[in-house]
Amino acid sequence: MSTVNDSLVIAQRNLIRMRRIPEMVLFGLIQPIMFVVLFTYVFGGSIQVGSSLSSQDYREFLMAGIFAQTVTFATAGAGAGIADDMHKGLIDRFRSLPMARGAVLTGRTLADLVQTALTMVVLAVVALLIGWRIHEGIGKALAAFGLLLLLGYAFSWIGALIGLSVRTPEAATSGGLIWLFPLTFISNAFVDSNNLPTFFRHIAEWNPFSTTVQACRELFGNLPPGFKTPDAWPMQHPIIASILWSVLILLVFRTLAVRKYRSTS
Amino acid sequence: MPGAIYAEGLVKHFGDVKALDGVDLDVPEGTVLGLLGPNGAGKTTAVRCLTTLLTPDSGKAVVAGIDVLKHPNEVRRSIGLSGQFAAVDEYLTGRENLQMVGQLYQMNAKAAKKRAVELLEQFNLADAADRPSKTYSGGMRRRLDLAAALVVKPPVMFMDEPTTGLDPRNRQQLWEVIKDLVSGGTTLLLTTQYLEEADHLAHDICVIDQGRVIARGTSDQLKAQTGGERVEVVVHEREHIDLADQVLHGFAKGGGATSVEQHTRKLTVPVTGGAKLLAEVIRELDARGIEIDDIGLRRPTLDDVFISLTGHAAETGATPGDADKEDAK
Repeated sequence: MSTVNDSLVIAQRNLIRMRRIPEMVLFGLIQPIMFVVLFTYVFGGSIQVGSSLSSQDYREFLMAGIFAQTVTFATAGAGAGIADDMHKGLIDRFRSLPMARGAVLTGRTLADLVQTALTMVVLAVVALLIGWRIHEGIGKALAAFGLLLLLGYAFSWIGALIGLSVRTPEAATSGGLIWLFPLTFISNAFVDSNNLPTFFRHIAEWNPFSTTVQACRELFGNLPPGFKTPDAWPMQHPIIASILWSVLILLVFRTLAVRKYRSTS
Repeated sequence: MPGAIYAEGLVKHFGDVKALDGVDLDVPEGTVLGLLGPNGAGKTTAVRCLTTLLTPDSGKAVVAGIDVLKHPNEVRRSIGLSGQFAAVDEYLTGRENLQMVGQLYQMNAKAAKKRAVELLEQFNLADAADRPSKTYSGGMRRRLDLAAALVVKPPVMFMDEPTTGLDPRNRQQLWEVIKDLVSGGTTLLLTTQYLEEADHLAHDICVIDQGRVIARGTSDQLKAQTGGERVEVVVHEREHIDLADQVLHGFAKGGGATSVEQHTRKLTVPVTGGAKLLAEVIRELDARGIEIDDIGLRRPTLDDVFISLTGHAAETGATPGDADKEDAK
């Protein structure tokens, strides 16, 4: 019994599914592109980040938020997919096979990670086309994408847990999305968190999602002119904080999800 | 020496509901046990406990000589499970589904590939092997599901309502497949709400209701328990029912009572004497001027067995989806 092998077999299964349902991948791309367009062209001129109201500064500021939002929203797919497998009796089949216990979930989350990575590539190209630039070199930019994928992978275990906990795929879709709105909006993703009311500002500065966004902004060189880095520890040390948060979330929710999978009835 | 499937005192609660209330089972190697019962009787729960999907609250279960509670993963190597749904990935082709299951049974990729080809051939799916299974008909999907359960030629098989929702032709086909399988020496536990199916496929039958085994034996033994043959008469005129009742009472075995259904004008009486007696009944009814629409000698069916044991009919009209929800919760 091999965890690695079994996980790869399941990952392969999910990748084949992705190829056969390309519209799923497509929708996963349209949404962030829509957000880029809406935020840069609709809100862009009215949102002050740092001391700048320039829409080019906002565009660069925004992209880290959009990337992070995209990896985060992708987690809803893991939940819906797993709930669908439960509903169709596939989870029962897998649980009756002599395979590694965590492999069904690991395989699914790994396949989602591949899809997310592809989405990132396309989204980065679109961003470059509309004027997003990196200023700290390709190495740091790649490190930023690494942090993003780690965050997305950690969150996908929350999606998996939700998928195992609800009765229908429909519930998994809405349940998998609902927590993402406060998570991604009470953050520094779309606005400068310094401009938030005190209570929300504290939440935003400790939000694991904000931490990764801040780390990416530093690594992309996308911090706007006159930006004052908040005093909160995760904002002061965003890279290490981002890794710590992601690893913590991954450990906790992987344990919970695998336990739920084993005991599910 | 316990059989290939052995259970003793299985109990399982879901909240306040007692899904299994002390179930004992013993299936000798190479035989088929039909677990027969209405929706919600506990059939699926019993199968889920025996196939490691559920942990019973108490009791003992041994499958293929291995303790299910102590060594679930060893049990999984020796069983095949075909559930109420065709549990196949609809976006994968038949071939891909079987290869995946083979690999998850820890076969290497090459062996899994080879076995998939054999199974597709055996289950008459070779032509559709490279089409996504969502394009398959219901019967094809069930066959694929069954093939997936047979990837490692497991010595013990569990089938939970394998033909629920299939049309008669596909049901017949699946029966043939199951018979082939059993003739190869596989031990099979089969749940069904179709009495005919249990009669057709199973060596032994356990009737289960409200989480308890209420009767067990061969199909013939269970039928004998209900009583022997009966004469059924449908009279043409409602006014003749009482008169016919008197006539039939004269033929009743041991002075047994005639049962009368007023709205269908049907009278049933337990008898002995077979076809010869039937002729006498017809002559007597004719002599009294009672016109009849239908008359026949009936051997008891498992339906009769079921009604006489549980006091209610088996609910065969329910949809498979409902059956699962009732049973699985």
